[in-house]
Amino acid sequence: MAIPISYNIRNLKLRKGLTIMTALGIALTVTTAVFLMALLAGLNKAFTSSGDPVNVLVMRKGSTAELSGGFDASLFPTLKTLPGIAKDAQGEPIASGEWVVVVVLPRKDGTGEVNVSVRGLMPAGLTLRPGAKLIEGRWFTPGQREVVVGNSIHNRFSGANVGDTLDFAKGQWKVVGVFDSGGTAYDSEIWGDVNQIAADFDRQGGYASAYLRATDPVAADALKHRVSDDQRVKLEGTLETEYYEKQTSSGGPIKFIGTFVAIIMAIGSSFAAMNTMYAAVAYRSKEIATLRIIGFSRPSILTSFVIEALLLSLLGAVVGIILILPFNGMTTGVGNSLTFSETVFSLHMTWEVALAAVGFALIMGLLGGFAPAWHAARQDILTSLRA
Amino acid sequence: MTLTRFVTKSAFRNKRRSTLTVLSITFSLLLLTLMMTIWRGFYLDKGSAQSAQRLITRHRVSLTESMPVYYREKIRTIPGVVAVAPTNWFGGLYKDDKPENFFAQFGTDPEEIFKVTTDFKIPGAQLAAWQRDQAGCVVDSELAKKYGWKIGDRVVLKGTIYPVDLELTIRGIFTAPQPSITLYYNQKYVEEAVAFAKGRAGTFNILADSPDDVPKIAAAVDAMFRNSPEPTKTESEKAFQLSFINSIGNVKAFILSICLAVLFATLLVSANTMAMSIRERTREVAVLKTLGFTRQLILRLYVSEAVTVALTGGVLGCLLATLLVTGLAKAPGMGFFFIGMSVTLPTFLLALFVAGMVGFLSAILPAYHAAKLDIVEGLRYIG
Repeated sequence: MAIPISYNIRNLKLRKGLTIMTALGIALTVTTAVFLMALLAGLNKAFTSSGDPVNVLVMRKGSTAELSGGFDASLFPTLKTLPGIAKDAQGEPIASGEWVVVVVLPRKDGTGEVNVSVRGLMPAGLTLRPGAKLIEGRWFTPGQREVVVGNSIHNRFSGANVGDTLDFAKGQWKVVGVFDSGGTAYDSEIWGDVNQIAADFDRQGGYASAYLRATDPVAADALKHRVSDDQRVKLEGTLETEYYEKQTSSGGPIKFIGTFVAIIMAIGSSFAAMNTMYAAVAYRSKEIATLRIIGFSRPSILTSFVIEALLLSLLGAVVGIILILPFNGMTTGVGNSLTFSETVFSLHMTWEVALAAVGFALIMGLLGGFAPAWHAARQDILTSLRA
Repeated sequence: MTLTRFVTKSAFRNKRRSTLTVLSITFSLLLLTLMMTIWRGFYLDKGSAQSAQRLITRHRVSLTESMPVYYREKIRTIPGVVAVAPTNWFGGLYKDDKPENFFAQFGTDPEEIFKVTTDFKIPGAQLAAWQRDQAGCVVDSELAKKYGWKIGDRVVLKGTIYPVDLELTIRGIFTAPQPSITLYYNQKYVEEAVAFAKGRAGTFNILADSPDDVPKIAAAVDAMFRNSPEPTKTESEKAFQLSFINSIGNVKAFILSICLAVLFATLLVSANTMAMSIRERTREVAVLKTLGFTRQLILRLYVSEAVTVALTGGVLGCLLATLLVTGLAKAPGMGFFFIGMSVTLPTFLLALFVAGMVGFLSAILPAYHAAKLDIVEGLRYIG
């Protein structure tokens, strides 16, 4: 027969101080682990939600990032004639030749300078990114030294408000608008007219990349191959979604350090939980012997104590998750090895992260609780009663 | 029995509990020492004496823009400049695009690069062989070890930024004070293959007369090109490297928050143990008091007991961290991260101090309660 769980709960309540302290220790470990997992979840979200499945990104063969591209402007009209590209209201194919360059801007909070991507695009570039919505001001006017800034840039850098001027390349740029693309990588970019940007960075006569908007995802896949196989242009097409998926690897260092820190902290916490459970067992040795005499079997004693340890760690997990909730949505930036600039993302608490945290805490509880429970179940009845 | 012996005996009398507490503190301190080492390596370490003598000039807009190569001769005219060598990031792929096969490749001037990086050692004959072969390259000894390269081996790098694949022959292997995972080739190779690379340089590495001249030279270089269409930004080698670390994200806040969480968790664990073990001995305290032990002495006994346990954990944690850092710094494939890092004596002592403080703070409250315990109450106490 199993010992009822209410027995364990009452026991945890009885030794309140000990229970709270141990649970808090586990909670801190869970908080650290959750913090890192939520950070990674936010990073993955920023990259996997970036990119539109119908957009095809075209770069020079061999280029791995828009920054390292560069092809002759004369190839662009050829690209525009490829079949499968969607047409706008005027019947023009929706295609945009673009440049991505990197500039250094000072952070608002004074913690140094950061690389930021500046994208020069054609008016069609806005059409093929319907996810980017203007939240303040207006879009830039072609032919003017005007830029619009992504929401993250607006929040994190000084001088990135509508009406301000940003100083980079050969002079000043007027900020005329702020756009929001729903937490994707574009929010960490500054957009301006492609010809203005190219002129300022001495890059006239070519484009780093071109974006083509296909009529539907199937056509996009065909378009991608058509670009890559076209012998005239020596270019390579990638789906925009594929391009961003590759960049999730920027989270590599966080992932590595996070896993490492979480494991070491978990080992430390397991030992602490073990201590508490051993104390609980020692404290109740008479009680355990009595339970045995009444007729509870060794396995049920073992189960009961393991359950108690699991309850303890569960409490820790709940507290740990609650501790992290105020930070949900907090934004931070990570250097992107592919674009040489900062991508901003937010701490993103998901159900998966919460479940993983609970699982993580339960493993700690199990590791810490099993040996003491085993010890409790094997106690000699007579010696315990006499103690 | 002396008091010291009394303390150590009581600290380890419940062997299982003490071991578990020590282990728990060990792992926390291991993490703490590791974080402090990383912090030191990033923010406090000034680099080698030779490194403090070097500067790096880049385009003011950002590192990804290039500068005219004639800047080099102009920089050379600045007083205090000993040598200048251009470096160009190639960013090519070796074998495949897996991150573990990534290493730095720079196009440079074979005649001068080793005059700037004075702490890199290369045999004279190998250097001469590289200077003669335009399609030659020299590699870091750690990198050569990783791939099993020997002199005369061929290395093919697939271009990503430049539309050219480099087919290089290893002419020399150099050793750097800290493994640099770098390959240097002759920039002329790329210039002849790619039109837009001609006459451009990504960065200039400058060797100054003395570390004192570094700020002066940095200002002089930037002033020289301030009004040109392509202004520059010059900083010390360490500052340049730090800007890379900053680009990983807000590393400082990251390390600090981990340290705080670890510290607080350790404090909880230690306080828990001390509370348990002192409560268990309530009767004993009463007995000690009847024997004539003063409150102060009892307080001191229990606090030193906790400090002993915490310090044991601290020493173990620090030693483990030292082993781990040494291992990670030497491990191939760890990339730049732990290169040149080690647990220094100040870090070690600081970690021990932290461990001691944790022990002290965790015991102070339960020990205080024990010390002011009423004798009769204590004798009546049943476990």
